[in-house]
Amino acid sequence: MGYKSFDEINEKIKSGKAVVATADEIIDIVAEKGVKQAAKEVDVVTTATFGPMCSSGVFINFGHSDPPIRMAKVWLNDVPAYAGIAAVDAYIGATEVSEAAGGTYGGAHVIEDLIAGKDIKLYAESYGTDCYPRKDITTYINKSNVNQAFMFNPRNAYQNYSAATNTSDKTLYTYLGTLLPNCGNVSYSTSGQLSPLLNDPNYRTIGIGTRVFIGGAQGYVAWEGTQHNPGQKRGENGVPMGGAGTLALIGDIKQMDTRFVRAAIYEKYGISLFVGIGIPIPVLDEEMLIQTAVKDKDIFTNIYDYSVPSRSRPALRTVSYEELRSGFVELNGRKVPTAPMSSLKKAREIAELLKQQIRNGEFLVSQPVASLPSENQPNSLDVRGTENEKD
Amino acid sequence: MKKIKVSLYYPASEVTKPITYHLIKDFDLQINILHADISLNKEGKLVIDIIGDDGNIEAGLKYIEDQGIKYKLFTKSLIWQENECVHCGACTAVCPSGALGMDRQSWNLTFDKEKCMVCELCVKACPLNVMCVSI
Repeated sequence: MGYKSFDEINEKIKSGKAVVATADEIIDIVAEKGVKQAAKEVDVVTTATFGPMCSSGVFINFGHSDPPIRMAKVWLNDVPAYAGIAAVDAYIGATEVSEAAGGTYGGAHVIEDLIAGKDIKLYAESYGTDCYPRKDITTYINKSNVNQAFMFNPRNAYQNYSAATNTSDKTLYTYLGTLLPNCGNVSYSTSGQLSPLLNDPNYRTIGIGTRVFIGGAQGYVAWEGTQHNPGQKRGENGVPMGGAGTLALIGDIKQMDTRFVRAAIYEKYGISLFVGIGIPIPVLDEEMLIQTAVKDKDIFTNIYDYSVPSRSRPALRTVSYEELRSGFVELNGRKVPTAPMSSLKKAREIAELLKQQIRNGEFLVSQPVASLPSENQPNSLDVRGTENEKD
Repeated sequence: MKKIKVSLYYPASEVTKPITYHLIKDFDLQINILHADISLNKEGKLVIDIIGDDGNIEAGLKYIEDQGIKYKLFTKSLIWQENECVHCGACTAVCPSGALGMDRQSWNLTFDKEKCMVCELCVKACPLNVMCVSI
């Protein structure tokens, strides 16, 4: 078959004639009709994920009070926000912890409460200037009375991730959940065959400028995500065998819904934010279709021993997501129970919703304005100072 | 017929006693072991369901006590606030009884109250704080 362009696909979407399937459904469609026919018939495949993504946060512009203040330090519901930018701009990061409530409330909760439309206490301090004389302010903000409030997440939608276990005799509390002693469990976090970057492993259609579903709103890929590592080892199908590509995403929280953005607390680890992301992949040609039809059994990751407190933890074995999803994996001759950390149920809900939005002509696909980097050299942080040099 | 859930706490000196055998044989009770942590010369714990007539249960519990084993009835129960749950599965990583699990078709969290030992590990492991214990 020939090539379908982004414009041709968008014309079909606008006229309500686009054929859309989720990345789960496309597997059966290909099995039934074959690649040629399926690539001809299907225009868009929807992908999604709903997992904890620490590298998330929101920029807010509060508007000016009278007399005005050049906010130097800002707290939202007692959670510190970064105010080292212009007078009434601040960034609230998801993992920041409340100074009053400690680990039970944080930036992620502020974000969820903002999206829910709740009032948030704003307290700010300043040294006062000729043009901004006010020295402190206490007031309440919400998503209707601020100017802009947009999520800008430096790293979301990780293309694959490690699975975790614990060979020590102590329980470990990690960002991949509670790891029981003596390899008592294995945890993993992915939507696997439904996951955005696993369905476009070489970033052919997902790039800078790609329109995405983020937290219920229409947002965009702003840049490659932090730690973007396309050079990760890949399988024969081109799919990375561990953490590889990442996306920096942007979206208007005024259009978001708490069904798709939820604050999370991981015991003895800290605060994170569940972010629901959906990305449509236009079926440009047969090659693109084959990639969207990837199955859990053909996506692999490594199980790492998180009891080793080092950057390079030993990998215990390579495992497919089909095996992880079965509920058990074999580890050193034993059947070890597995547990997911990201919600496949919610990811499916998002892929389905995105499918309906595209069918209804409400969500168009977009050609990237620039590609994500396809090669890189990841850097690590060498320790070159001596201790306690802060002062 | 009545059903109760109870934890038995064995001193190290008593772990060799065949308690469940006698509960079944002498008191006509159905015993279902939910959790067992018993080793020689160590303090042990057993969590069991007991099903039987009121009188037999009462006599069985007295027998347990007479053997030098302390017991504690389960009075609390786990409450899953399903409406707030995102079905991530983090709680299933720590559930020792298999009461919490994932449905492999729908990927809904499933909760089997009968299997729950109210160990409360899931209460802390849940990132959304949707698990709590009734007082």
